[in-house]
Amino acid sequence: MKRKISFLLNGSPVAMEVDPSRRAVDVLREDLGLTGTKEGCGSGECGACSILVDDVVKLSCIMTAAQLEGRKIVTIEGVGQDGELHPVQRSFVERGAIQCGFCTPGMVIAAVGFLKENPDPTREEIRAGMSGNICRCTGYEKIIDAVEDAAAKIRGGGSGG
Amino acid sequence: MRKGAGHFLDGPRLDAFSKVTGQERYAADEYSEEFFWAGAKRALVPHARLLAVHTSRAAAHPGVVRVLTSRDIGGSNRLGIVRNHQPVLVDEVIRHAGDPVALVVARSREALSEALELVTFDHEPLPGVFDPEEALKDSAPRIHEDNGEGNLMRAVRVRRGDPDGAFRDCDVVAEGVFETSRQEHAYLETEAGWARVDEGGVLVVVASTQTPYRDRKEIAAALGLDMNSVRVIAPYLGGAFGGKDGITVQCLLGLAALNTGGVPVKMWWDRRESFLAGMKRLPARMHYRLGAKKDGTFQALSCRLYYDSGPYAGLTGEIMAMGAEHAGSAYRIPNVNIEGYCVYTNNALGGPFRGFGVPQSTAGMELIVGMAAEKLGMDPLEVRRINALKAGDRNCMGVELKYSAGFYDCVDRLVEHPLWKGREAWKASAPPWKKRGLGVGCMAHAIGYPALIPDDANARVELTENGTVRVYSSVPDMGQGNAGTYLRIAGEVLNQDPATMEVVQPDTDHGLPSGTSSASRTTYTFGNAVIEAAGGLKGAILRAGARSLGVEGIDSVELIPGAVRARGSARQVALRDVAALIDAGDRSCKGYFRTPYDESTLSIMYLGAHVLFSFGAHLARIEVDTLTGRIDVVDYVAVTDAGRVLNRSVYDQQVQGSIAQGIGWALMEDYVMKDGRHETGDMATYIVPTSLDVPDMVSAAVESDETTGPFGMKGIGEVVISGCLPAIANAFHDACGVRITRFPLTPERVLSVLAGQGEKA
Repeated sequence: MKRKISFLLNGSPVAMEVDPSRRAVDVLREDLGLTGTKEGCGSGECGACSILVDDVVKLSCIMTAAQLEGRKIVTIEGVGQDGELHPVQRSFVERGAIQCGFCTPGMVIAAVGFLKENPDPTREEIRAGMSGNICRCTGYEKIIDAVEDAAAKIRGGGSGG
Repeated sequence: MRKGAGHFLDGPRLDAFSKVTGQERYAADEYSEEFFWAGAKRALVPHARLLAVHTSRAAAHPGVVRVLTSRDIGGSNRLGIVRNHQPVLVDEVIRHAGDPVALVVARSREALSEALELVTFDHEPLPGVFDPEEALKDSAPRIHEDNGEGNLMRAVRVRRGDPDGAFRDCDVVAEGVFETSRQEHAYLETEAGWARVDEGGVLVVVASTQTPYRDRKEIAAALGLDMNSVRVIAPYLGGAFGGKDGITVQCLLGLAALNTGGVPVKMWWDRRESFLAGMKRLPARMHYRLGAKKDGTFQALSCRLYYDSGPYAGLTGEIMAMGAEHAGSAYRIPNVNIEGYCVYTNNALGGPFRGFGVPQSTAGMELIVGMAAEKLGMDPLEVRRINALKAGDRNCMGVELKYSAGFYDCVDRLVEHPLWKGREAWKASAPPWKKRGLGVGCMAHAIGYPALIPDDANARVELTENGTVRVYSSVPDMGQGNAGTYLRIAGEVLNQDPATMEVVQPDTDHGLPSGTSSASRTTYTFGNAVIEAAGGLKGAILRAGARSLGVEGIDSVELIPGAVRARGSARQVALRDVAALIDAGDRSCKGYFRTPYDESTLSIMYLGAHVLFSFGAHLARIEVDTLTGRIDVVDYVAVTDAGRVLNRSVYDQQVQGSIAQGIGWALMEDYVMKDGRHETGDMATYIVPTSLDVPDMVSAAVESDETTGPFGMKGIGEVVISGCLPAIANAFHDACGVRITRFPLTPERVLSVLAGQGEKA
């Protein structure tokens, strides 16, 4: 049975009729066309489906549509502002942190959320903070480099988002 | 890179922007207003005769469009590359738990999953066989009745010199049996695709695939279609590593789309289905024996390699052959007896995985080299230097190395490395309850296909009417960045900024057949074809530019970004205006390249041997926790000879990613099967490395100049992974004084061995 839900999606209000038990990742990808959020495992193990819910990193493959109600949701499509890349995105590009790119949206979301909590992390803290997101291509080193670089960019007065 | 080259070769990846913003559309991202979901009913039994499939209950589900079985297939219903014997949908015999017995097409994903539960089938269980050596016994159940040699899928035997006599004359002989695990690719994008029959009656398949041209033939044959009425499109892949080197969703999707009256169909395996039905790295059991003289020179090698093919041929025989070809790794060994056996079992599908059989045999070789060094009382790097192949030497197959070979220099770099020089002090300062060790792993890896299979490519580079440059890629980009590299190569030749250029992803309607995205060939082979195509286009542009500028001959003009300029003057004409002067057909230039091969190697082994290799030498520093059995890789140094480095970042991506997968294979990755049942079901039980498991890595390049390669490069995609397991395993021996011969080196195995209880589990 469908129900009306309302939430803020990438800065814009959304109201939609949806089966509240549908997975949030399916609502985003199939109903709203936001295919930047990926599904890698469907069981909360890989982080590819990460989104920000009220600024906190959550896994949309183990969330229901009902859990979006009243929340501020940010997906990869809403991370940059006014056509500009977020500093985390810029650092991912510049530091070569992207290969196949399928984990990238989730990684970027995870990094944005992590740097909000810990704006001046050590390399080891980054390793721990990003360890919920699996990348099968890069070996992580350049991703850690990118997050380290993004932290410096944001501290240096860039648009931290 | 070479002097003078590199203006446009270096720089960030050109696909990074679309990927970092989530805009890139993968095969998994195809949706439309109206479409259906397709899904397969999997057998879940390892070996059985299929008696009947019951579809009526599923067909009665209101959300179901069609339920299809083998009877609905108009073609051969057989997949295969060398042997066509894998059913699209099982018609007679189920040979592994992931075999599909029916295909459901439904209006929603929910309806699909409900309907799949309603499909049932009758079967008569058959005895299964799950160990390759057991499978070779006369008493073993037969998996393919029509296979002439029981369950032996393929054998390779190579004998050189007089190994028996040479062993007798050796001062030291090391012997061991090693077992490597079944490794799951675990790419983030599981198998996915989209298909429809277009207005012209053409079946269009968009798939996450490394092999669009080969897929087209297989789809047509299996489904009974003319090849010209099948089109395959390969967008960027969300990872593949060999696991999408062939058919996954393509034929099932095609079959579904032929039965929906033009409505598109989506198929996207969930992780559980990907694990159940996808290919795995072939597990191997390897019996190794290596003999050396007191001075450290290797005299004789004898090995028997057993690779577990799983139930179908796919490319498993070629994988085993490649492993056998590399059984002696990068060393001079005059007397060898190498036997490789690829054997059918009722386990999971075997298939290509980064390294293509070489990581297994390299592990065996590097472990036995470590044991021989110990018996000789020699430094492990010194033993490797003494025996290192150099240009002009013959490898264990007897093939003379006529191309670049920087292996000795790779080993030499490790000898000089501070982590190696300072090893004793580092080991001595291990914290309480920890043991520290260093290990070496070396490797060679062939580039391209073996001699019998033409490793060639056809590139097309075009000047559009707008005066921009377009490159038609025919080799999918599974994440390694070759599409962007093709742009950079064309940009380098044409002196155009690659950021202004466009690459068209592989599409059998637009590109030209160029083989597969595999075999460490994507940049080497296709890149060479791009150079030729771009060179042809350069001539056409310069001729038209010279005419336009009213100067004599193409030597009087030069290409600059966006224009042709008269040399020594400011007069120029924009490429858009040049384009208008060239016939449409002449604005598109083709280039062809075939990788070097040697027909005389056809007598050595199945398909012949390779002649061109990349090399590497690795050093791992590890810490073993004697209380928990956990191994930490603390430092990792990889020295690689993959020729000239065209783009340092993209190069190091391959090095670092390979090391992470190699660490996973060495320490944790084990796809467990018991009697044909999949005991590993998801990412919670199949553990791959996270950011906490992989250290910062040192990647050093020995840039031998490979004169046949584009700007001097050779393949870098696969060579690196082969060094990791042996480097870590040799480091474990260095730390603890005992050897583990079954992999991965799980904490359970480590604790069991440290407690003197052998390698239980």
